[in-house]
Amino acid sequence: MDILTLFVVIPVLTMAGIILVKDLNRVRVAAAVGMGIQLLLSALLIFLYVSARNGGNTDEMLFVRDLVWFKTFNIHYTVGVDGISVAMIALTSLVVFAGIFASWEVDFLTKEFFVSLILLATGVFGFFISLDLFTMFLFYELAVIPMYLLIGIWGSGPKEYSAMKLTLMLMGASAILLLGILGIYFNSAPAGGQLTFNIQEIARHTIPMQAQYLFFPMTFVGFGVLGALFPFHTWSPDGHSSAPTAVSMLHAGVLMKLGGYGAFRVAIYLMPEAAHELSWIFIILTSISVVYGAFGAIVQKDLKYINAYSSVSHCGLVLFAILMMNKTALNGAVIQMISHGLMTALFFALIGMIYGRTHTRMINEMGGLMKIVPFLSVAYVIAGLASLGLPGLSGFVAEMTVFVGAFQHPDLFHRVVTIVAITSIVITAVYILRVIAILLLGPSTNEHYDHLRDARWYEKVSVVTLITFIAIIGMAPFLLTSLLSTGIQPIIDKILAYAQF
Amino acid sequence: MTLRDFLLMRQELLLIVATLLILSAEIFRDPEKKRSPDLFALILFAIVTFAGFLPSETGTLFGGMYEVTDTRLIMKNILNAGVLIVLLQSVSWLGRKEYEGRTSEYHIILLSTLAGMDFMISAGHFLMFYIGLELATIPLAALVAYDRFSNKSAEGGIKLILISALSSGILLYGLSMIYGTTGSLYFDEVARLFRNGNLEILAFIFFFSGMAFKISIVPFHLWTADVYEGAPVNITSYLSVISKGAAAFIFIIVLFRVFPVIIESWQKLIYVTAVLTMTIGNLFAIRQQNLKRFLAFSSISQAGYLLLGFIGGTQTGMASVIYYILVYVFSNLGAFGVVAAISNSSGRENIGDYNGLYRTNPGLSLVMLLALFSLAGIPPFAGFFGKFFLFTAAAQKGYYILVLIAVLNTIISLYYYLLVVKAMFIVKNETPIGSFNSDLPTKIALGICVAGIVIIGFAGIIFEMIRNSSFGV
Repeated sequence: MDILTLFVVIPVLTMAGIILVKDLNRVRVAAAVGMGIQLLLSALLIFLYVSARNGGNTDEMLFVRDLVWFKTFNIHYTVGVDGISVAMIALTSLVVFAGIFASWEVDFLTKEFFVSLILLATGVFGFFISLDLFTMFLFYELAVIPMYLLIGIWGSGPKEYSAMKLTLMLMGASAILLLGILGIYFNSAPAGGQLTFNIQEIARHTIPMQAQYLFFPMTFVGFGVLGALFPFHTWSPDGHSSAPTAVSMLHAGVLMKLGGYGAFRVAIYLMPEAAHELSWIFIILTSISVVYGAFGAIVQKDLKYINAYSSVSHCGLVLFAILMMNKTALNGAVIQMISHGLMTALFFALIGMIYGRTHTRMINEMGGLMKIVPFLSVAYVIAGLASLGLPGLSGFVAEMTVFVGAFQHPDLFHRVVTIVAITSIVITAVYILRVIAILLLGPSTNEHYDHLRDARWYEKVSVVTLITFIAIIGMAPFLLTSLLSTGIQPIIDKILAYAQF
Repeated sequence: MTLRDFLLMRQELLLIVATLLILSAEIFRDPEKKRSPDLFALILFAIVTFAGFLPSETGTLFGGMYEVTDTRLIMKNILNAGVLIVLLQSVSWLGRKEYEGRTSEYHIILLSTLAGMDFMISAGHFLMFYIGLELATIPLAALVAYDRFSNKSAEGGIKLILISALSSGILLYGLSMIYGTTGSLYFDEVARLFRNGNLEILAFIFFFSGMAFKISIVPFHLWTADVYEGAPVNITSYLSVISKGAAAFIFIIVLFRVFPVIIESWQKLIYVTAVLTMTIGNLFAIRQQNLKRFLAFSSISQAGYLLLGFIGGTQTGMASVIYYILVYVFSNLGAFGVVAAISNSSGRENIGDYNGLYRTNPGLSLVMLLALFSLAGIPPFAGFFGKFFLFTAAAQKGYYILVLIAVLNTIISLYYYLLVVKAMFIVKNETPIGSFNSDLPTKIALGICVAGIVIIGFAGIIFEMIRNSSFGV
C-alpha cells in the first residue's frame, strides 16, 4: 500500500477501533491515537516529499498510484500529491488532531461523535490526495454528509435548521459541481480518443471554449459555495455557530478549504481560458465576500457568529487570490488557506472552551476573562492578532502575499477591487479588537464567572499545537513557500500559455 | 423438447417445480406442525436463486418466442436475489396468528408472479411478453389484499386489479396496432418492419402508457401510493422493487431492440415523463407522514431517475439502468425491511413514530440510515455510483439540462430522506418505539441489504459484467 492511500485507510481503521472499544475513555484514546498516527504520517509525507524534490524528482505529482476502477467510464482511483496537497494534508491532520482534543468532553453518544468526525476527516484527506475527478467528487460528498448528523445531534441553538440548511446548500453546490465534472469529462478528449477523469491528462489538452464558458462557472460556483462565495455563503454563519466545537474547527479550518483547493485545481487549472474571460464576475463577488463578511462580523454579538463571518471574509480572500491568477497571488491563496485553517480552528477551539465554562457565547454577558482564565485569553489574543494580520504571525504573510499578487495587475479594475479588499484588514482589526476589549480586558461583569478553571491538559495540547504552527508560518514563511512552489508552477504555466496566446 | 431446452428454461421450470412442491407439501402437511412451510419455501427458493447463478447457455426456444441471453440472465438473478430478501423479511410477519395455515398460499402466489416476470423478461414475442406480464400482475392483487381483516388492504387489492386491467387493455390495444402495421409480433420482425408513421407512433404510445402504469411513471402513477399504503409492508416492498424492476427490465429491452426506428419520438416522450416523474414523485414525498406512502413516492421519483438511462439509447445507458435497479433492490429493500420490522413489532408506520428510534433500536436505525443515504445517492454507498452512471449516460448524449433537473431533484429527495434521519437520530422523544429484537431471517435479510449497499459500489467488476452483456440501439 502506498503512503497516500494510508491517509484514507488509517481513519477507517480508527473508526473501526472506536466502534470496537467499550468505555468512554478508550473511545477518546482510540481517536487520539489514530489521528496522532495520521499526524506523524503527514510529517513523514512532508519529509519524503521534500527529500524526493531535493533528490531531483521534477514530476508534477509524486507518489502517484493508479488503479482502474470502472473501465467503461475510464474511472480510476488515482492518487498523487504536489506541494499544495502536501501542505493541505498536513493542515488537515493538525486540525483534526487538535479537534479530537478540543472535543474531549463530548459525553453524549461519544462513540458516534468521533466516528462521524473522523468520517468527515476521511473525506477531506481523500479529497486532497485525489487526482481523479470522480474520486475527488466522491470524497467531497463524503466530507459534507456527516456534517448533518454532527450539527444536528451535537450542535447547539437552532441546530436542526442550521444542519439542514448547510447540508442542502452544500449538496446543492455539489449537484452543480457534478454537472461541471461531467461536462469536463465529456470534453476531456477534444481530438478524439479515450475520455478521462484524470486531472493531469485533461490538463494536457485544451477543453473547447464553448464548453469552458458553460462549465467553468458551474465548477467554480460548485466549489465556491463551500468556500463561502457571496451570495452562497449563508450556510456558513448558521452552520458554524450551531456546530459543536470540533466540527466548527474542522469545517471552517479544513472543509472550507476544499472549496478553494478545488476552485484552482479543477476550475482554473483545467479551464484557464474561460477563467480569464469570466474572472471579473467572480472577482466582484469575492470582493463582496471579503468586505461583507468583515462588516457582518462587526455587528455580531455571538462569538461564533463573529468568527463565522470572519471566516466568510478570509475564505473570500482565498477565492479572490485564486482568481488573480498569478504566481504571487496563488502562493498567497494557499498560505491564506493554511493560515486561516490554523487560526480559525484555534478561534473555534477557544470559543468552545470558553462556552464550556460560561455557557454563553454573547460577548456582552462576559468580561474580564483575562484575569480569570489567562491561558485561554492569551491564546485568544494571539489568534486575534494572527487574524488581523500582525507581522510575525501567519495571517500577515498570507494577506501580504495575496495583496501584492493582486496589485501586480496593472489595469484599473484589478487595482480597484484590490483596494476594496484591502479595506477588510481595517475592518478585521475593528471586530477583533472589539472582542478582545470587551471580553478579555473589560471589567468582570458577572461574579459567577470569577472562579472559572483555566485550560486543562487536553485543551492545552489542542491550543499549543495550533499556535506553534501559526507562529512557525509567520516567522519562517519560506518553509511553506518552498514546499508550494513546485505545485503552483504547472498551474501558472497552463494559465500563462493562454495569456501569451 | 430436449434436455438442452429444459436447461435453458431452468429458472422458470425450477420456480414452477418449487411452487408445486410447496402446494403438495401443503396437502400432506401435518396441521399440528405450524412453522414448517415457511422454512421449506425459503430453502426451495434459495436453491432456485443459487441455481440461477450457475453458468448457463444462451439461445432461443419455441421458434424465437422465448430467449435466453446474458442480459436476461443477469436481470433474473437480480430479481431472484431481491425476492429472497423479501421472503426472508416476511417470515416474522407470516408468523402472526391470523395468517396461520395460510402461509403456503403467500409463497405460491409470490413465486408464480416471479415466474411470470421471468417469462416476461425472457420474451422474444409480444404475446409471450403479455402472458408473462399478466401472470406477474393479476396474482399480485390477491397478495395486496392478503390481510383480509383490513379494509385498506382490500381497497388496495381492488385498485391494483382495476388499474392492471385498464393498463393491460391499453397495452393490448397498442400491441394490436403493432400487429396491424407490421403483421408480426416477434420482436425481431417488428423491429425490422416498423416504420416511422403516425399509426406506428400511436401504437407505441399505447404500449408506452401500458408499461408506464407498471413502472408507475407520472402521469400514470396515481394508483401507487394507495396500493402501497394498503398492502402489507412486505408486499409493498415486493411491488415497489421486484415488480417495478421487472417491468423496467423488459421495457428497456423492448425499447432498445424493437423500437430503434422511432428513437427520436420516444426520446422526447421519455424526456418529458422523466422530468415529471422525478419532480412530482419528490414533491409529493415531502408531505407524506406514512412511511409506506413516503417510500411509494420516493420510488416513483427513483423510476424517474431510471429513465435517464433509457434516454440515450446507449449500451452504457442500459448497463446503468440494470446496475441502478440492482442497487435499488438492496437500498429499497433495506428501507422497507426496517419499516416492516417496526410495523410488525409495534404496528406503527408514521415518520413521527420514529422519533428517537436510535436510542432504542440503534441497529435498525443505522440500516435505515444507510438505505436512505444510498437512495439519496450519497457516497460511498452504492446509490451514489448508480446515480452517477445514470447521469453520465444521459450527459453522454448531451442531455445536460435533464441531468441538471435530475441533480436538483436529488437535493429535494435528500431533504425528505433527511427528515427521516432527523426523526431517528436528532429529535428527542420521551416515548420512542420500544427496543425489540428482530428474528434471525430479518437480520439476515437486512445484513444482505447492508452488504449490498456497501459493496456493490466499490466492486467495479459488477458494473463491467453488466455492461458487457448490455446492448444499445
